Amino acid sequence: MTSATFPTSEPKPSWSRYFSFNTDAKVIGIQYIVLAFFYFLIGGLLAMIIRGELITPASDLVDRTVYNGIYTMHGTVMLFLFIFPVLNGLNNLLIPTMIGAPDMAFPRLNAVAFWLVPIFGTLLIASFFVPGGPANSGWWSYPPVSIQNPLGHLVSGQGLWLTAVALSGVSSIMGAVNFVTTIIRMRAPGMGWFRMPVFCWTALAAQSLQLIGLPALTGGAVMLLFDLVAGTSFYRPEGGGDPVLYQHFFWFYSHPAVYVIILPVFGIFSELFPVYARKPLFGYVYVALASFIIVGLGLIVWVHHMFPSGVAQWMRNLFMVNTMLISVPTGVKVFAWLGTLWRGKLRLSTPMLFCLGGLFNFVFAGITGVMLATVPVDIHVSNTYFVVGHFHYVIYGAAVMGIFAAIYHWFPKFIGRMPYEGLGKLHFLLTFVGANLNFLPMHPLGLMGMPRRVSSYDPEFAFWNVIASLGAFLLGVSIIPFLLNMISAWVRGPKAPHNPWNAIGLEWLLPSPPPEDNFGEHVPVVIARPYGYGSGLPLVEHQAEREQALTLADKMEASR
Amino acid sequence: MTAPPTKSPGFSPLSIGGLALWVAILVALSLWMGQQAYRWLPVQASTAAPLVDGLFSFETAVGTFVFLGVISVMAWVVLMHRAEKYDETDAVPIEGNTKLEVIWTAIPFILVMAIAYYAIQVNTRLGVLGPMEHIHLANPVEELGGYPADRLPAEQVEVIARQWSWEFRYSGAKVSSTELHLVVDQPVTFRLVSDDVLHGFYIPAFRLKQDVVPGRAINFNLTPTREGRYRLRDSQFSGTWFAANQADVVVENAEAHSAWLKQAASQPLQVGISDAVQEYSKRAKQTNPGWATVPPAPPPQVNVPGSNTLPHDA
Repeated sequence: MTSATFPTSEPKPSWSRYFSFNTDAKVIGIQYIVLAFFYFLIGGLLAMIIRGELITPASDLVDRTVYNGIYTMHGTVMLFLFIFPVLNGLNNLLIPTMIGAPDMAFPRLNAVAFWLVPIFGTLLIASFFVPGGPANSGWWSYPPVSIQNPLGHLVSGQGLWLTAVALSGVSSIMGAVNFVTTIIRMRAPGMGWFRMPVFCWTALAAQSLQLIGLPALTGGAVMLLFDLVAGTSFYRPEGGGDPVLYQHFFWFYSHPAVYVIILPVFGIFSELFPVYARKPLFGYVYVALASFIIVGLGLIVWVHHMFPSGVAQWMRNLFMVNTMLISVPTGVKVFAWLGTLWRGKLRLSTPMLFCLGGLFNFVFAGITGVMLATVPVDIHVSNTYFVVGHFHYVIYGAAVMGIFAAIYHWFPKFIGRMPYEGLGKLHFLLTFVGANLNFLPMHPLGLMGMPRRVSSYDPEFAFWNVIASLGAFLLGVSIIPFLLNMISAWVRGPKAPHNPWNAIGLEWLLPSPPPEDNFGEHVPVVIARPYGYGSGLPLVEHQAEREQALTLADKMEASR
Repeated sequence: MTAPPTKSPGFSPLSIGGLALWVAILVALSLWMGQQAYRWLPVQASTAAPLVDGLFSFETAVGTFVFLGVISVMAWVVLMHRAEKYDETDAVPIEGNTKLEVIWTAIPFILVMAIAYYAIQVNTRLGVLGPMEHIHLANPVEELGGYPADRLPAEQVEVIARQWSWEFRYSGAKVSSTELHLVVDQPVTFRLVSDDVLHGFYIPAFRLKQDVVPGRAINFNLTPTREGRYRLRDSQFSGTWFAANQADVVVENAEAHSAWLKQAASQPLQVGISDAVQEYSKRAKQTNPGWATVPPAPPPQVNVPGSNTLPHDA
């Protein structure tokens, strides 16, 4: 056993690597996450303007064109520049270290995929400054409104938007090829499919969805770009095109996209609940397989976004049943997490609080999701604030909370320093209260019949909108303790030991932060299923020696 | 692997009784929420509304039970199963329980299939047929819109959606208006067309919604059931003045309606309601009007402009 040879006193790598074309997945992971949070702040600022406008019924804060541009860019920035990049960042950090690989399968492709993000991000933000303003037809960009191009210029906000979305698709496809290949080909010896951590299962499921679905969106966006700038008529009714066709292309990907977002978050819940409940994941095999059942069903539900668009009755019923079926594998996961928590020894640290809060919000979102799946109710509430509320419960209430949990949990591993608990708990409290205050009132608004995407509304909707706006501002404030925590912990937080949470997993058998090639030549041989909490059995061969060496290194580091 | 035999979960009569009591409380709460659900919705003003609301109420009751059930377990473990201070040990490793897993797959499956069955029933009764059928319209049963008790619609109204105004044409009476007038308890067929982009024909009090697709004419049936003044809102984003693209719907009795039609027919054509046109002209005078927009279509020329500022019921 030679694990004592881990390099512990190499010269510290310089900061500048984060600004370079680096091929180390751990550097790329941090690049993704930091850049994503930069865009998160922009998207959040746009949300503040939206809620500022909607705090009164009249359109009085910004011009209607500006409002439309801002809500379009809020959705686009948050999805394409925050949530997908931040998840790809976690994939980059976690997949290689969790499966014991030295890096991703195609490190250069990985770096190219990352560097496309600031490129299309800049393109998208630049569209604020072109004549006519940015795209303003919503993040769906349904034609014909998206191809109206009032100024008639070749370079328009909408054109830049479509180019950015197509580039985002290319970047994500590159990422997906990499993640799928890495998980399939580069697992540590002994790590069979059913010894793989659930996060990797969910990442594999999510990235497979990217590979299947993204070509449809990217192709659809390119055709729309042609309609916009080259005068083609793919979707233009007066040229014989069909606007509803675009909706199929769009939702064929963009519904599965929600699973691309939520599946890794299910992975995060499945990783973290065992750690902080000190119990194995309940029904591991079933939880792992449920991800792929969700993939299969997730591909055949897209028409539920189009129930009022003009689709046949048989299609409505078919897609309704498919959509309802998704709640079965999803329910399996929720019950498995409850089973994991049951009779556990819960530790309510910051990551655990975010997981519990995320699960709470997700269950709520699941129930409104089943309501939306049923056609008659959907006909009434589709394109109303009910959908906006449901969607934000999923994305912010569950997914972003899960992402925060992951960041607090794995921060010590990849940064090598401990985040502060007090600030973390304050962040959780503000986020949980703010999110519910912001998004719950959207449900009564939708039921009353307030359409989404409006820049003004009838006075009867004022009450709930004021509450939603106050919640939104609280949510805006909630990010301050997070940023303070991250920056101060990164600069001067206490040094992290290799396994501060006493967690089980290959990544916790690496020093914090891990060396560039992770395990290098000393890849551990996996001999057990993950999450062996309470069993006392080792996960890998020679675990005791490895732990000993790492603890020794921790002590040496602490005494320096 | 199951729980170690030494510590099999012993359910005392007290704990079973407590659980039963708690479930009973949750059931009562869920039924109460199911009734509350009606109050979150606008007044019921069409034959569709009670059907939709009934389904929504049912889903609210079921959803409340599931939500509270899950949250109860979460609250219980957070309160009762927390690690003691300084307790660094692990819990008893329970890896799963096949029986339990089968049960919690089967129950949600049965539950959602039951909801889906109910929803399909409602769907069939609603008979809100998609435009695919309507475009290839061949048989009169479909034209009827699936309302078993209804007769063939007496009135046909052409609805023209524009950026950003609604125009309603009563072809029989040769009347046009920017306020929609309907007869209570009388089936009506709309012919939905758009001059420019996608719009959404949405009257919340009727619980019905249909996108208006340029290049298609979509037939859409409904029967209003309550007299009053309601809002029609554009529900599919249609550009700058999307939010202002609303019209009033007046449901009146047959006499009032024919009086209105008669009176309207005698009126000369005049400028209809278009809030967008008014705002657009105001906006043009501003020094910094915002970003580019398509100009609004000219307001439709109609016999009766009506109003969109009177108090409405929903």
